[in-house]
Amino acid sequence: MPIDMDKTDVTEADTPGVPLLEVRDLHVEFRTREGAAKAVNGVSYTVDAGETLAVLGESGSGKSVTAQTIMGILDTPPGRITGGEILFRGEDMLTMSEERRRTIRGDKIAMIFQDALSALNPVLSVGYQLGEMFRVHRGMSRKDAKAKAVELMDRVRIPAAKERVNDFPHQFSGGMRQRIMIAMALALEPDVIIADEPTTALDVTVQAQVMDLLAELQRDFTMGLILITHDLGVVADVADKIAVMYAGRIVESAPVEELYKRPAHPYTKGLLDSIPRLDHKGKELYAIKGLPPSLMAIPGGCAFNPRCARARDICRTEVPPLADVTEPDGTPIGGRSSACHFWKETIHG
Amino acid sequence: MGRYVVRRLLQMIPVFIGSTFIIFMMMYALPGDPVRALGGERAPDEAQMNALRADLGLDEPILQQYWNYLTGLFQGDFGTQIASRREVIDVISEALPATIRLTLLAFVITAVVGIAMGLIAGLRAGGKTDAGILFFTLLLISVPVFVIGYLYQTYFGVKWGWISPTVRDSEDLGELFLPALALASLSLAYVARLTRTSIVENRRADYMRTARAKGLTKRRAVGVHLLRNSLIPVVTFLGVDIGNLMAGAVVTEGIFNIHGLGRAVFEALKSREGATVVGIVSFIILVYLVVALLVDLLYAVLDPRIRYA
Repeated sequence: MPIDMDKTDVTEADTPGVPLLEVRDLHVEFRTREGAAKAVNGVSYTVDAGETLAVLGESGSGKSVTAQTIMGILDTPPGRITGGEILFRGEDMLTMSEERRRTIRGDKIAMIFQDALSALNPVLSVGYQLGEMFRVHRGMSRKDAKAKAVELMDRVRIPAAKERVNDFPHQFSGGMRQRIMIAMALALEPDVIIADEPTTALDVTVQAQVMDLLAELQRDFTMGLILITHDLGVVADVADKIAVMYAGRIVESAPVEELYKRPAHPYTKGLLDSIPRLDHKGKELYAIKGLPPSLMAIPGGCAFNPRCARARDICRTEVPPLADVTEPDGTPIGGRSSACHFWKETIHG
Repeated sequence: MGRYVVRRLLQMIPVFIGSTFIIFMMMYALPGDPVRALGGERAPDEAQMNALRADLGLDEPILQQYWNYLTGLFQGDFGTQIASRREVIDVISEALPATIRLTLLAFVITAVVGIAMGLIAGLRAGGKTDAGILFFTLLLISVPVFVIGYLYQTYFGVKWGWISPTVRDSEDLGELFLPALALASLSLAYVARLTRTSIVENRRADYMRTARAKGLTKRRAVGVHLLRNSLIPVVTFLGVDIGNLMAGAVVTEGIFNIHGLGRAVFEALKSREGATVVGIVSFIILVYLVVALLVDLLYAVLDPRIRYA
């Protein structure tokens, strides 16, 4: 956990040894007519102040559902939390009262959504929507809240904030809208921000600007950031550690350089190999064969086994535990784990 | 915006001329003769009748009559009743307040009760309350207003005696409540259903998820974020419905004995007072057009994405 000596305020309730946010063995399923879709199957991760955790995975891997569960915005029904804990500063948010939870949402833990155009209310001005944070959580007057909104828009570098505060979301460009989303999440200087594919809906040039802004603000406010993405390029630049998800489980977690250098799970390796590379120009792009499993019928054993070149009998019968990864001589590698029976072969050749 | 309003106002002219023309022609096509009716049972004197017709301009070709009527109208002259010799404008202004009170009261009931029912049903979509409200609104839609009117009158007014079954004083809103409720029933059911659909559609919208993620109170998320978006189609319907309510008042006023426009137009129709019928109907058309314009302008307030060009 990085320690920032100047920032005493973020440690107001920090107890040594207790992570800022911890997800423990979370299970979420969706009830459908055809049966239960198991979206999240025992996910655990932690985020500390000033730390960026990237959660990587394909659509349907459970990364967004986990985030929605943390925020408490999962639609229930059809969603159902069947097990686990979400600890914020050591307190389980799944068992606290709905009213207490509401006061944490937006204030202590905030979320940035993928598509700012649909995530912002189309009929309310951005100033109103930003100001709402201060009015609801801080009891500010409408006028003060609007002044705060202008400040926030300045902070995320929206030009002419004062003139644009009364504009509506559709009057902004995609990049500016996403900045407004970021400003809204940032409004009350939360401890944790969850960004659910914050740049997916933007053009590449704007993507970089928005990502840089997010990283900068995270540093300035020493927040914990959970960055949900399927874009390996975005991750490499900003994340401290990565959790790779597949079929509702974390299959590998590692510090970012470690993971890129030597993946310890065949799925991670497949993902890294499928990044297009200039020196492979003219050759066919690599793709992991097969499709992600249906969440109604996750294969027995390791969920990845039907698509895995290394799969052997044990992979079809036994679920591999998320085990600590070590060097060949047994010295532990900090913060690395893999849910593969054959992680040794995968990482060390 | 200003140009848009001017254009819309100019568009009203052909609509107004066209609709008055159609009504004028329909009155002419009806069997019966207002001048002959003056004589009652007695066989009228042909010469006298012809003189009267010439005096009233009824002997002229129909198009000429319409032209005379229209030019009069633009000079503020709504014409004169044949039998009573009263100015049509007086008949209208005397009957208007009762109808306006009835229509507005019905409108308020429609909006408040309809939106409230739709909101409750929409928030509990799929539940028992929702099913109950859907069934109830279906019932209101299927039963014609004259049946509902008599039912209310019989039960609330006569059998249980909660409220006066007829209106003696149209300035007493308490007495007007029952007829307003009868008049509002159909629109109320439509508004409830429309609101429900709209709420169900918007309830799962991304911006509602954002509202929850912001930690807004449920009251605020529903009252500000959800309602503002869901009411856009409902407002359009409500606007157009003011005209329908005024037209519906004809039947309701009859049942509850209210001396309003509906009754006046009914009486005029019976005695073939063309000028009165056309005058009143034109007036209702005018209200309809103006309200439709106001609603379209209000639309931009509710939905900032709409631009007038």
